Amino acid sequence: MAVEPSPPRPEASGGVTPWWRDRRVVPWVVQAAVGLVVLLAIAFLLGNLVRNLTAAGLLLSWRWLNQPAGFDISESLIPFNAQLPYWRALAAGLVNTIRAVLVGLVGATLLGTLVGMASFSHNGLLKRLARIYVEVVRNIPLLLQLVFWYFVVFLTLPNGAAALQLPGIVLAKSGLYLAGLGEGLRWLGPQLVNGVWQAPIRLTVEFAALLTGLIVYSGAFIAEVVRGGLAAVPKGQWEAASSLGLGWFATLRHIVLPQALRVIVPGLNTQYISLAKNSSLAVAVGYTDLYSVAETTLNQTGRAVEVVLVLLAAYLTLDLLISLVMNGLNHLVQIKER
Amino acid sequence: MNTPHTTTAPLRCIGRLLAALGVGLLAVGCRPEADGVQSSTMGRIRERDRLICAVDGAVPGFSTVAASGRYEGIDADFCRAVAAALLGDPEKVDFRPVTPAERFVALNSGEVDLLSISSTHTLSRDAPGGNALSFGPTFFYDGQGVMVPAASGVRRLADLAGKPICVESGTNTELNLADRMRELGLSYQPLRFQSGEQAYPAYEQGRCAAITSDSSLLAGKRTGFRNPAAHVLLTELLSKEPSAKVTVQGDAVWADAIRWITYALFQAEESGLTRANLQAKLAEARARPELAELRRLLGVEGDLGRQLGLPADFVVRVVKAVGSYGELFDRHVGPSSRLGLERGPNRLWTQGGLHISPPFR
Repeated sequence: MAVEPSPPRPEASGGVTPWWRDRRVVPWVVQAAVGLVVLLAIAFLLGNLVRNLTAAGLLLSWRWLNQPAGFDISESLIPFNAQLPYWRALAAGLVNTIRAVLVGLVGATLLGTLVGMASFSHNGLLKRLARIYVEVVRNIPLLLQLVFWYFVVFLTLPNGAAALQLPGIVLAKSGLYLAGLGEGLRWLGPQLVNGVWQAPIRLTVEFAALLTGLIVYSGAFIAEVVRGGLAAVPKGQWEAASSLGLGWFATLRHIVLPQALRVIVPGLNTQYISLAKNSSLAVAVGYTDLYSVAETTLNQTGRAVEVVLVLLAAYLTLDLLISLVMNGLNHLVQIKER
Repeated sequence: MNTPHTTTAPLRCIGRLLAALGVGLLAVGCRPEADGVQSSTMGRIRERDRLICAVDGAVPGFSTVAASGRYEGIDADFCRAVAAALLGDPEKVDFRPVTPAERFVALNSGEVDLLSISSTHTLSRDAPGGNALSFGPTFFYDGQGVMVPAASGVRRLADLAGKPICVESGTNTELNLADRMRELGLSYQPLRFQSGEQAYPAYEQGRCAAITSDSSLLAGKRTGFRNPAAHVLLTELLSKEPSAKVTVQGDAVWADAIRWITYALFQAEESGLTRANLQAKLAEARARPELAELRRLLGVEGDLGRQLGLPADFVVRVVKAVGSYGELFDRHVGPSSRLGLERGPNRLWTQGGLHISPPFR
C-alpha cells in the first residue's frame, strides 16, 4: 500500500467530517458489508446442505475410502487389485487421467503447431488440407469423434498376423505395440509370438482411441490459436526476413514464432484446460480414467456427494496446475523490458 | 441441534428451495407433513397425472423401444401396471431410459418415481448406511452368466484367464466377476463400459473374449446381434441375481404400493386371472358372495386397495392393463418369445418356483 500523507485533521472549529463521509472509512465499511453478506450466504448454504444431509442420514463420511474396492482396473500404472481400498482405485484412475492428459497435451501441441504453420504455407494444397482438417474436426462433437475412433477405426483392426504393421509400430485389435527399449536396454520392435504380439510398449486400443480423439480434436483448436498468433506478427517481419535470404521455415523458426508465442500461449492455456476436462469422456470408450473409477465407486458406496467432491477437487487441481505452468510460460515469452 | 424454530414453515421451505438451487447438490422437496395414507411420491404422481418410470430401454424382452416407438418388455409393462393402478390409465407413463450407473442417482434426486430396471437386491443397496434404497419383492430371479463366441472354444470360466472381459461399470456384475476370478486365482482384464450401448458392440466387434451380465440380459441382447447363433452362454453361473423394483427409502407408503402391485401380478396368476377372462371372473365374483377370496382380491368386497392408498379395484386395473405375471413372462421373455427363457425359478410357488404372494386379506 502506498503511504499517503495523512490529510490535515480538521479541528473541532472547522466542520468535522462524519465517518460515513470519510473516504478512508467508507470503502472499508462497504467491503466489509459485502464480504459479510457473501460469507453469510455461503454459511447458510453449507449449513443447509449439512442439515439436509443429516436429515437424510447422508452426512459426509470418508470411511468408505479405506474399504476394499472389490472391482478391478485393467490398465493401471500403479499396482492395483480388487482388495485394495477405494482411495487406491481413485488414485489409479487419477494416474490414468494424468497419463492421458500429459500425452494428449504433447501430441495436440505438436499437431496443432504443424497444422497452424501449414496454413501459412506457400503450398496451396497443404494450406487447404489444414483448413479442411480444422473446419471438419472442430465442428463435430468430441464424444462422437471418440466413438468413431474407437468403434470404427480401432475395433475394426485385425488381430494377429493380419494386423497393420508399420516400421516399429503394430496396430491390432488387441492393442498398439510400439518399439522401445526392451530387456538389457536393447532396441526392440514388436514381434509375433504364438499369434500374440509382444512389444516393449503396449497401449490398449481404449487408450489409443481416447488419445487419438483428444489429440485430433484439441489439435484443431490449437492450430487456430497458432494461426492467430502467426497472423498477429506484422507482415513486414516476413518480408524483412525474406530480404535477408531466410527461407520459409527459417523465417518461422527464428523470426515469427518467437514473436507469435506471446499471443499463442494464453490461448493455449484455455485449450490445455479443455483437453484435461475433455479427458473425462474416456468413459465412453472403456478407458478407466478417474471419472470412470469414481462412477463405479459412487454406485457401490452410494456416497454421491463425497465422490463428486473428490472429482471436483481432482479436476480443479489438475486444471489449476496446468494454468500455473502456462502462466509461468507466458511470463517467460513476454517481451523483457530492460 | 434441536433449537426451537422461529421461522414459519413456508419460509423454511423457500429457504430450502433457494439453498438447493444454489448448492445444486441436493434436491430438497417441499412437502406438507404426512397424514395417514399420504405419500409424497404418490401425491406428486397424481398431481402431474403421469408416472415417471425409469427403464433401461435397451434390453430386449425387458424394455426396448419397438418399431412403433412404444416401450415394450416385462419391465416396461410393470410401469404400465403401476400407472393403471394409480392413475387408471396404463398409458400415463413417461419412460425415462437411464444407464445402470446413473439409475440410483436419478431415483434419489426425485427425477424418476420408480426404477423398473433389473436391479439386484443386495444388503448394501438396501441399508440406510449404504445406497439407502427400498426394494420391492423379487420380480425376476436371475443369475450372472457369461457369453462367449461359440467359435472361441471357451467352455469354462477358467478358459478366460488373462483375457479381456467386457463388463458394464457400476453394476453388481463387475463385483461378482472380480470376486469369482479372485476365488479361482485367475488374472483377467476387465474392460469397463458405462453402458451396454458401448459394451455389447465392443464385444460383438471382438474386443473382448467374453461379456458378462445377468443371463436374461445376455440372452436379450443376443437377439439383437448380427448372428445370434454364433454366441453361447456358459453353463457356469457367477452369482444369484434376484432383481426387484426400486423406490426411495423415505416413502414407505409408495414402497408398499409397489410391493402389492407386484404381489397382485403373482396372485392374479395363482387365482387363474388373465386379461381374457378378467371380465367373466369379475362378473362371477359380483354374483357369488361365497367367493370371498376372489371378491377381496378384485375389490368387490372390503377396502384392501384403499388401505394402500390405491383404488379398491387396483388388481382389476393391473390385470386389465398387462395381465398376470405368467402372461407377462410368456409374452416377453418366455419360451415362445424371441428370448426363449425357461421359467425355472420364476414359476409360482404352487408350481415349484419361488414367486409367492402373501394373502390378500
